[in-house]
Amino acid sequence: MNGKTLLLQTLASAVPYAFAAVGGTICERSGVANIALEGAMLVGAFAAAAGGLASGSLFVALVSAFVAGGAFLAIHGLAVVRLGVSSIVSGVAMNLIAAGGTRFLLRAIYGSSANSPTVEAFSASGAGRLILPALAIVALAATLFFFRKTALGHWLVAAGEAPEALVATGHSVAPIRFWAVVASGALAALGGAALAVDLRQFQGGMTAGRGFIALAAVILSGWRPGRAALACLGFALLDAVQVGLQAEQSGHAELLSAFPYLATLLLLIALGKRAGERTPRALS
Amino acid sequence: MNRRVLGVVMALLAAMILFECVVLGYGESPRAVLRMLFEGTWGSGYGIGQTLFKATPLLFTGLAVQVGLRAGLFNIGAEGQLVVASFAVGWLGTKLGGLPAPVAIPLLLATAFVAGAAWALPTAILRLRQNVHEVLGAILSNRIADALVAALLAGGAAIKGTVHTADMGAGCMLPRLGAFVPALGASAASLALPLALVVVAAVLPLFRKTAIGREIVLSGSNPTASTAAGVPVGLRRGLAYVASGGLAGLGAAATVLGYKGYYEQGLGSGAGFLGLAVALLGRGSFFGLALAALLFGTLQQGGLAVNAIVPKEVMDVFAGVVIVAVAIADRWVAAVPPVKTPAAAQGAA
Repeated sequence: MNGKTLLLQTLASAVPYAFAAVGGTICERSGVANIALEGAMLVGAFAAAAGGLASGSLFVALVSAFVAGGAFLAIHGLAVVRLGVSSIVSGVAMNLIAAGGTRFLLRAIYGSSANSPTVEAFSASGAGRLILPALAIVALAATLFFFRKTALGHWLVAAGEAPEALVATGHSVAPIRFWAVVASGALAALGGAALAVDLRQFQGGMTAGRGFIALAAVILSGWRPGRAALACLGFALLDAVQVGLQAEQSGHAELLSAFPYLATLLLLIALGKRAGERTPRALS
Repeated sequence: MNRRVLGVVMALLAAMILFECVVLGYGESPRAVLRMLFEGTWGSGYGIGQTLFKATPLLFTGLAVQVGLRAGLFNIGAEGQLVVASFAVGWLGTKLGGLPAPVAIPLLLATAFVAGAAWALPTAILRLRQNVHEVLGAILSNRIADALVAALLAGGAAIKGTVHTADMGAGCMLPRLGAFVPALGASAASLALPLALVVVAAVLPLFRKTAIGREIVLSGSNPTASTAAGVPVGLRRGLAYVASGGLAGLGAAATVLGYKGYYEQGLGSGAGFLGLAVALLGRGSFFGLALAALLFGTLQQGGLAVNAIVPKEVMDVFAGVVIVAVAIADRWVAAVPPVKTPAAAQGAA
């Protein structure tokens, strides 16, 4: 694998992570922990494939993923923000429902337990391939702007740091948190859609832990979207190296797939006390 | 107490109705599916045995999650702890060919506990020394466990061309229950089930009857007050989390020692996450945990029974809905303003 292929492979692999990590930052900064990013990505990947197959249009596929991911995590938001369920308990349940539900629908609609038919709408070459990377950059830039320059962005950060202060100034915490959760689902789902577009089909369990990696990127970055996106590039580079090595020598591929997780764990240990110090104060 | 039971029953009913809707949406008759589910589980001696077999690892993982919750910690890592323990037991079993059962079995059970506990240790350290949420550490540990075990299997621990280890020595297997109760037939239920019940009955009272157990509960519910009272909060909570990992590891008794006789990739997968559902439903009592494990054991076995007409994945969806519904019912029954997690469970996630 030469340098140019590695670079392109890295940038392509970073897109799904980046969407989920940007979504995860928005959600967690509002004070709601989100381990359901993984499930939302899976739902997005399925919705994109189903939308693409039904309509033959990439645009419809992406809108389907965006809406389905938002609606899916709206359940998480409702349970956690409105009904007071622990975000961890709800998150585990959402991931179970996403994993089981997409496989169920795969068998129910396409009669396969492994993958959907090939989505012709995803076969676009040239400019069509650039839509999702471009959207990811737009999402990142918009989120940075949102946090720094908009009143709503400041309120969202307040909801995660000092909700009582927000209440004291006459704002409500619950709607901000709810919509932050929904936004994270919609964005993570676009990340899942990027995976489906890349492989031109949906495969059962195709996110393979990428939502969790994105969450790790959020935490490693200290809940800052720009740095989270950089961490995603790092994880994507590990992915790309792994793909390259897989092609050259089989057998060690399994061990290499543990590398991003091991690297994160070691990095967290190495960071010491600093690892948790930027945690939004009201995050739970 | 009665209101809590009522809440759980209502949650189960709500989940049931949703399940029926899915079956209807799939174009099958809910009655036919339910009958099939019943006949495949509680309808025959073999079905009962298989249901008990499926419930056994859930007893261990459910207890494991419960022990963590008493310390205010979510053990989402039971999945990986069970994988590592199962592999360790399967691998060690191949080396214990000549040992008699009274020596081999305790040795293997101890190995399962230690392996599971060791796998929980980094997560506990990260949580209690560095305030990195245990759920993140556990997720990372789960993924590393899967990859590491797959690599070890590919790297020579498995028989060539397969994803499972060689058969363990004859003295390493736990006898099947069918040997004592012929009605259970050739089902995979084994002595691991009474073992699990004994472990649950032995561990739960520790939180009331021992000083360390009470300190764990206190550390989990109010770390600030515990620190003021001189309780070593970090050590107590860490102990609970590591013990939780060991208990999850003991689940290997049902799958490796009681059923396969070797470790195979994917054996017991899903039991860790369902452990959370079992702990939530069981609410820390012996009968609660046992009933919850039986319910989810029935669902797992029932999923296989109805798979021919409704994809078995519907049971995962059902399990997820039960978790959310029970958690909501909990809040509703408590009739207090929403409190998210125990104060001590807050951290970085």
